[in-house]
Amino acid sequence: MKRTIPLLITSVGGIILILSFFIPFAQEWGETVAVWFDILAGIAFILGGGNLLKTQLKKISDRKPGWGYAGVTVVAFLATLYVGIAKVGVPPNEQYPDKAWSGDYQAEGTPFWWAYEYGFRPLVATMFAMLAFYVASAAFRAFRAKNLEATLLLGTAFIILLGRTYAGVWLTSPLPDDSPLRLETFSDTIRDVFTTIGTRAIMIGVALGIASTSLKIILGVDRSYLGARE
Amino acid sequence: MYELLKNLDRRWIFLMMLLAVLIPLLLQWTFPEKISPLTRNTFAEIERLQPGDKVLLSFDYDPSSEGELSPMATSFVYHAAKRGAKLYFMALWPVGPQMVEEKIRQVIRTEFPDLKYGEDYVNLGYKSGYEGVIKVIVTDIRQLYTTDSHGNNIDSIPMMRGVRSLQDMDLIVSVSAGYAGAKEWVMYAKSAYPDKFNVIAGCTGVQAPPLLPYIPRQLPGLVAAIKGAAEYESLLGDQYGLKGNPRYEEGLRRMGPQLVAHLLMIALIIAGNVVYFIGRRKEQAR
Repeated sequence: MKRTIPLLITSVGGIILILSFFIPFAQEWGETVAVWFDILAGIAFILGGGNLLKTQLKKISDRKPGWGYAGVTVVAFLATLYVGIAKVGVPPNEQYPDKAWSGDYQAEGTPFWWAYEYGFRPLVATMFAMLAFYVASAAFRAFRAKNLEATLLLGTAFIILLGRTYAGVWLTSPLPDDSPLRLETFSDTIRDVFTTIGTRAIMIGVALGIASTSLKIILGVDRSYLGARE
Repeated sequence: MYELLKNLDRRWIFLMMLLAVLIPLLLQWTFPEKISPLTRNTFAEIERLQPGDKVLLSFDYDPSSEGELSPMATSFVYHAAKRGAKLYFMALWPVGPQMVEEKIRQVIRTEFPDLKYGEDYVNLGYKSGYEGVIKVIVTDIRQLYTTDSHGNNIDSIPMMRGVRSLQDMDLIVSVSAGYAGAKEWVMYAKSAYPDKFNVIAGCTGVQAPPLLPYIPRQLPGLVAAIKGAAEYESLLGDQYGLKGNPRYEEGLRRMGPQLVAHLLMIALIIAGNVVYFIGRRKEQAR
C-alpha cells in the first residue's frame, strides 16, 4: 500500500497530463493538475526548511567539525523566518489600515528587507564573485594542450575570449568589416554554427531520454523515486 | 622563470585577477561596442511596442547573477517604459520580486515619475512551481495570482482588468539566470501559443548556448551576458540620448574589467602550457 498509492498517483497524474495535451476536452484536467503541482512546490519549501533544521541540528548535537557554522545557519534561518512570517516592523497596507498584518513583508526599511539588502544579497553576490578567482587559478593549473582535442578547445576558447571583448575588434580591425575572420564575427560564427549544432543535438537526445524515462515512471517500471524498499 | 611559474602560489593569481577587475573599474574604462544581430533583434522587438501594449517582464535571477543581468534588466525596463507599454512584472525565482522592486525604484520612480502603480506597472510577485507557473498562467492567470506582491487584490488593480492570461500579453521578456527561466518561457509559453506573443530574453553567458537552438523562430532576440547588455545599452544610448547617464552605462563600464580579465586568462593559459611543455621536455631528457 505504501508504494502502491504513490505509484497510482504518479500514473494517473502523468496520464492526465499527456491526455490533456492531445485531447481538447481534457485540457482543463491538465490545468488542474498543474495547479496541484504548484501547490506541492510551495509545500516543498516547508519540507526543505524542515530538512535543513534536521541536518544542522544533528550536526550541532553530534558536535561534528564545523558545528558552529551549523548554529549560525539555524539562528539565521529561524530569525529570518520569524521576521518574515510575523511581519515584524511592517506597516499595514494603506487599503486595510486597521489590519495589522496586511502590509508587504518586503516593504523597504523593514527588518526582513534589511536582512535581505545587507545580509543575503552581499553574501550571495560575493560567493559567486569568488568564482572568477578560482577560474583564473584553474586556467593556469589545468588547461593543458595535451592532445589535439584539448588544443582545439583551447584555440576556440582564445577566439571566444578575445571575440567577446574590444581586444578582438582591435586586433582584427585591419580586416574588412564583412570579413568572416574578424574575431568578433568568428566568435559569433562559432556560437551560431558549431555551438548551436551541438546544443541542438544534445537537446534532442535529452528530450528522447526524458520521454523514455517519463514513460517508464508513469507505467511504474522505474520506481527509483519511491526510495529503497524497507 | 620556469621554477617561479611552476611553483607559483595561487594567491598571486588571485591578486592578478583582483587588479585586472579593479583597475579598469576604478578608471571607468569603456570601449565602443559592435552590435550583434541578436542584440539588435531584441532591441527591435521592444522598439516595435506601441503605447498601451502589454509587456510581461519576468525577472528570473538572484543576487548571484545580478552583476551580469542587472544592466540589461535596467535597459529593458527603461526601454519598455519609454515605449509607453504597460509593464507586468513577475518572477519564477523566490528573490525575483526584490530584483523587480529595485528596478522599479531605480528606473520607473526616477525616470518616469508620472507612471502610476496599478495603472502603468504592477509587480505580481513570485509563485512557486517553476515551469508549472507558466503552464497555469498561460491559460488563466488568476488560478495562481489572486493578489500582487504587495497583497492587493488582483481585481482591484486597473491594469489587470481584461487580462485573463499570458495570451493577452504582446511581449514576454525574461531576464534569466538559469532554471526556471528563458528556456521554460520558450518551452511552455511560446511553444504552446506561437502566434499570440513573442518571447525575448536576457541571460547569463553560460545560459546562452542552450537557448541558441530556439533562435530565431521561438526566440527572436537574445541579450547574452554582459557583452550583450553593453551592446543593448549602446543602442539605447544612441536612440534615446542616454549617453553619459551612468545608470544606463553600467554594462559598458563592466566591459573594461571583462577585457583585462580575459587577457589575463589567456596569458595564464599560455603560461601554464609553457610550464607544462618545458616540464615534459625536461622529463623526457631525463
